[in-house]
Amino acid sequence: MLHDLKLHDIDDLFCDIPEKIKLKKLHLPQGRSQQEIEDHMRGLAKENKSFCELPSFLGGGYKPHYIPAIVKATISRSEFYTAYTPYQPETSQGFLQAIFEYQSLIAELTGMDISNASLYDGATALGEAALMCTRINKKKTFVIPENISWEKKSILTNYTKGAGITIKEVTYDKKTGCIDKEDLKKTIDTNTAGFYLENPNFFGVFEEEPEEINQILQKHQSLCVVGVDPLSLGICKSPGDYGADIVIGEGKSLGNPLDFGGSTLGIFACKKDFVRQIPGRIIGLTKDQSGKRAFCMTMQTREQHIRREKATSNICTNEGLCMLATVTYLSWLGGRGLEELSALNFEQGQKLRKQIIQIPGFSQVFSGVHFNEFVIQCPDARKAQTHLLQNGMHGGLLLEPFYPTLHQCMLFGITELHTNDHIERLLSLLAEVR
Amino acid sequence: MYHSAVWEEPLLIELQETVTENHKIKTVLPASLQRKTPLNIPNLDETQVVRHFFHLSQMNYGIESGIYPLGSCTMKYNPKICEQISSWEQFSLLHPYQDETTIQGTLRMMYELEQMLCEITGMDAFTLQPAAGAQGEFTGLLLTRAYHEAHKDFDRDEIILPDTSHGTNPASAAMAGFKVIEIPSTREGTVDLEMLKNALSRKTACFMLTNPNTLGIFESEITEIARLVHEAGALLYYDGANMNAIMGKARPGDMGFDIVHLNLHKTFSTPHGGGGPGAGPVGVKKNLERFLPIPRIVQKHRTYHFNYDYPDSIGKIKATYGNSSVLLKAYVYILLMGGNGLREASEIAVLNANYMKKKLVDSTLYELPYQELRKHEFVISCDRLLSTKGIRALDIAKRLLDYGLHPPTVYFPLIVKEALMIEPTESESKKTLDDYIDTLLRIAQEDPEVVKSAPQNTVVKRIDEIGAVKNPVLTWKDLQKTTEMTN
Repeated sequence: MLHDLKLHDIDDLFCDIPEKIKLKKLHLPQGRSQQEIEDHMRGLAKENKSFCELPSFLGGGYKPHYIPAIVKATISRSEFYTAYTPYQPETSQGFLQAIFEYQSLIAELTGMDISNASLYDGATALGEAALMCTRINKKKTFVIPENISWEKKSILTNYTKGAGITIKEVTYDKKTGCIDKEDLKKTIDTNTAGFYLENPNFFGVFEEEPEEINQILQKHQSLCVVGVDPLSLGICKSPGDYGADIVIGEGKSLGNPLDFGGSTLGIFACKKDFVRQIPGRIIGLTKDQSGKRAFCMTMQTREQHIRREKATSNICTNEGLCMLATVTYLSWLGGRGLEELSALNFEQGQKLRKQIIQIPGFSQVFSGVHFNEFVIQCPDARKAQTHLLQNGMHGGLLLEPFYPTLHQCMLFGITELHTNDHIERLLSLLAEVR
Repeated sequence: MYHSAVWEEPLLIELQETVTENHKIKTVLPASLQRKTPLNIPNLDETQVVRHFFHLSQMNYGIESGIYPLGSCTMKYNPKICEQISSWEQFSLLHPYQDETTIQGTLRMMYELEQMLCEITGMDAFTLQPAAGAQGEFTGLLLTRAYHEAHKDFDRDEIILPDTSHGTNPASAAMAGFKVIEIPSTREGTVDLEMLKNALSRKTACFMLTNPNTLGIFESEITEIARLVHEAGALLYYDGANMNAIMGKARPGDMGFDIVHLNLHKTFSTPHGGGGPGAGPVGVKKNLERFLPIPRIVQKHRTYHFNYDYPDSIGKIKATYGNSSVLLKAYVYILLMGGNGLREASEIAVLNANYMKKKLVDSTLYELPYQELRKHEFVISCDRLLSTKGIRALDIAKRLLDYGLHPPTVYFPLIVKEALMIEPTESESKKTLDDYIDTLLRIAQEDPEVVKSAPQNTVVKRIDEIGAVKNPVLTWKDLQKTTEMTN
């Protein structure tokens, strides 16, 4: 080939790189064989303790769930996982149909009219939602509950600073864990673009009367952004039923592994009135020349590859394969399966909480109804964590570092993956902590 | 002749034979919180679901189907060993908030990955948090602002970029609250230094550049560009989408870039996934390190830890630490290739691109605007074919599909008429390149009516994309409504 190019040396193809910046070599180890790599990675793997070895009751918005074999089988098909974004729809009908199905499923779950093909995660979805509210009504304040995760707050600030949006916080009721509605009434005004209601919230607590909250917002024509745990929507009221305008959430729990916080899926859905303002890719169903059903990317004039600086978002690559895992998962579970699983997770939450508070010294902090996460005040949270770790278990998330008023508090999470054996071990170990 | 598998695969909702009521499950969930609107999610059996997705997969083209020369996408082979290892439970079943003593393997992997990326790019520190290249750009722009504000320089609200830049560059700049100043390229297709000098001012926060640029041309004046930008008090940002051209041959850090983002799902061979998950790590020079997102990963003796104690950090741009499985695949890829392997990958990528370019240009059927030497990708124009035969780049792309080949990127960059941006990558053999070249040449000489009516051998023919916008059907609920209306 060099001969065809009339060149002697491959370096001739790099003659346009100034000598001063030409690199002699990369100071990296030599390439290794697959076998050597596997050995090396096994060494690293030994230094990790996964759920199998260290059953964990960590909450905080991420929990392990059972993923049926069909999910991995589907996302391992190389026609799916090695494909690019479907810019040539005629050769991507498979993936495009899967995205359309995902959009449909999310719309069903959330009670919204449309969904996009996913954003990076639930936290960045909040940032995008705030920007979208301002795009819709031109108002410059976005209001959030004080008790969302510190990570979400930081991300939201980063997403909204450039647009000149001010973030305001509303307190929570220290007894129930729900939004302090009086404080909400005081905070929402004519400058409020939108309010973020997390349901269930970071403490695992459901908002008792979301309809009331929506009424407060409507008085000032502020938009209602609801953050969900999609798994809870199997049995819980959908945000569409209480007037949400935009629904976001972390979709990882629907078929994606913990992955140390990776493999996330930013759910983003909204009412059809806002279709031109929604960020991210959207797939539409249409026809081809011969009248046959066909899928394609649509409303592309919102996106960066067409509108550049006028796009609704800069997002290009999103979480395509994680989305495919979710469609497969939901197809396999079905509506009935999702209801059952949702109910089971709810029951697990109630069961664990009731049993933990029977141990002297451990008490329930918030009276609000919770899903499968809840806050417990411990006699000594750090001691409890240490004791559990020494005995092959991981307790909940210590909250005091993030919420100084929540002394000795732990955020527990439980799913269908936790067995009675796990629970018994946890309880007996906690009982040993004085 | 190629022909795609064609399944008239129903939607999931259409697969359901009998609609069974989801039975009301008894829980102690208060009635006020219970779901009111029934869930219209189909109940199917496992065989149905398996077949459904199998059929869909057969109607989708991936890198394993054949050559995928999308310019600026770097569709190289995704090693199976990376997939295998990333699925091990010791990596995939880790909770992000686990005690540090229980995640040392992954922490070490991330720390070492950062070090290796520093070496590859010539930068001093990295963050692995961004989920994609565009998010990396956004992060880089936030770092830019933090840097200027720390220097009490509050007036810098402009970002300069060339007219050949990727769409994400101006979109990220706008999202970060900057004004976008686009400068035209020279007649050689490179950055116009005079235009740049005129655009640079005390209001410039940063100049965003890809090198080689999206035409595949290496910006040889890069050290002068860096000098001008720094003289104006601005920062120089590297869009790493085209890093596959120069691994082991040159480094953005040595060229004078202050901030760099990489696309692990391009250069470092993690799979594209149909649109993610990706990873867009951002590297910086020492003077910007303190602004990087938290947590940083630090090594103390022989253990690894998260450190949140960086008061000047911009905070977080994604929850937790990044797309962990993607990071792991890139880590494995770099270990597999080694320093020499990465260098060779870039060399072959560049050789393959220049070989294809020469063959196509020598045929005189396609034109190559701007200078001759390219790196890993090149952009040809079908403008002559349009004026002589009425065939557009779009038609060529659609006709390629009939031969079972994936088209190049079309109509980008915007400065080339009827553009086809071709990036073969190092994964392709001479034979596959020759097949692709021969097909492009054949198509240019085919009956224009055949080309304009392509594709004929794919799952669907040309799609009514205008209709999709005019009458949006975005869910199966929409479809049911539309069907009811027509009935």
